[in-house]
Amino acid sequence: MKFVDEFRNKEIAQGVIRRIFEVSTRPVHLMEVCGTHTVSFFRHGIREMLPKHIRLLSGPGCPVCVTPNQDIDLAIALSRRDDVLLATFGDMMRVPGSTSSLQKEKAEGRSIGIVYSPLELLRLAKEHPEKKIVFLAVGFETTSPAIAMTVLQAHHEEIRNLYFLNSQKRVPPALRALLQSEKVQIHGVILPGHVCTVLGREPFEFLSKEFKRPAVITGFEPLDLLQAVWMLVKQIEQGQALVEIQYTRAVREQGNPTALSKMDQVFLPGEALWRGLGWIPASGSRFRGPFSGMDARRIEVAVEPSKEHPGCLCGEILQAVRTPPECPLFRTVCHPEHPVGPCMVSIEGACFTYYKFHANAD
Amino acid sequence: MCLSVPGRVVEIQNNMAKVEVGGTVREASMDLCPDAAVGDYVLIHAGFAIQKLDEEEALETLDLLRKMAEIP
Repeated sequence: MKFVDEFRNKEIAQGVIRRIFEVSTRPVHLMEVCGTHTVSFFRHGIREMLPKHIRLLSGPGCPVCVTPNQDIDLAIALSRRDDVLLATFGDMMRVPGSTSSLQKEKAEGRSIGIVYSPLELLRLAKEHPEKKIVFLAVGFETTSPAIAMTVLQAHHEEIRNLYFLNSQKRVPPALRALLQSEKVQIHGVILPGHVCTVLGREPFEFLSKEFKRPAVITGFEPLDLLQAVWMLVKQIEQGQALVEIQYTRAVREQGNPTALSKMDQVFLPGEALWRGLGWIPASGSRFRGPFSGMDARRIEVAVEPSKEHPGCLCGEILQAVRTPPECPLFRTVCHPEHPVGPCMVSIEGACFTYYKFHANAD
Repeated sequence: MCLSVPGRVVEIQNNMAKVEVGGTVREASMDLCPDAAVGDYVLIHAGFAIQKLDEEEALETLDLLRKMAEIP
């Protein structure tokens, strides 16, 4: 058992597709909350194999994409201070802020570095005692426990020159906000498997109880996606609205209690600004008291007023109300070599995925 | 960004593990996944093991899928 190839069996996939065709009788809109799901549906050619009346829409599940210009502009402003070394995950480098990007600033000579794991920040802080190491911390609940562990370690080691620009997000409050919007027409939700390895199933129960939407916590291999589509369509056809786990090999009912407790030890839920979705209560993470000295928002710096690129539909694409080919900038002025919005930068951004797989329709 | 990859734990020392992922070996902290041991498969994300994979559950899922697909 390697946990990968077994879930790519073509013969089984064809059989599950037959079951989907048998059970599916009406048009349905399913939202892929997670950008990695969007990529996986395209990469394995699953969209073409499903009944035409099953429509898949990308949602807000790309942490890079939902990071608002305000936070990118603040990171850029901080990077312009001589005493700051700014670090972030690779995907954030090319995301355009209001007038610049971290990549452009690096080319101008600012100290900006990429980390794969937040643990690398501890080494950076020790190697550069003369600098303030500022981490532009983006990510959902999959990533927040790793950030929390790094904060705890820095606190334990009494590292004084490490700061976090918290732009982390929490998925359940954003889904609640989305479903409260009348613009969003979604019949079922494909829930993010790796966020749920940490959170478990319970935080998504409201989808069933309050919104009467079926939802399935889904893995990332082709058989996972197909089984989840079948489970959702079956529920919709039978008038059910349950929150089920398809990705049982990785997701426990209660999630990962160790990861949850570390997150809770370091962060409190707080209001957060999402690109496209606006301010959402309890959808972000703020430092608890003992760690507030590591908050990079306390470092004084002048930030230019933020502005969005006119015409960019990233915000509406993240709400699952528009698709990339509907954007007038898509493929014309906006492409991976010259991204206008973050959805064209991130490898799991909806626009980048549609571009890469030459998708013209939704 | 939430991409996590499955790998097999081949060594653990001071809570840091060597994890084999598709033929290459990566380092990962086991702090968030204290119940995983050498030989287990774990999901790796941002330098941390975030969950142990359950082989029995995986086999059950595959069994169910084979039945759905009517493959003996």
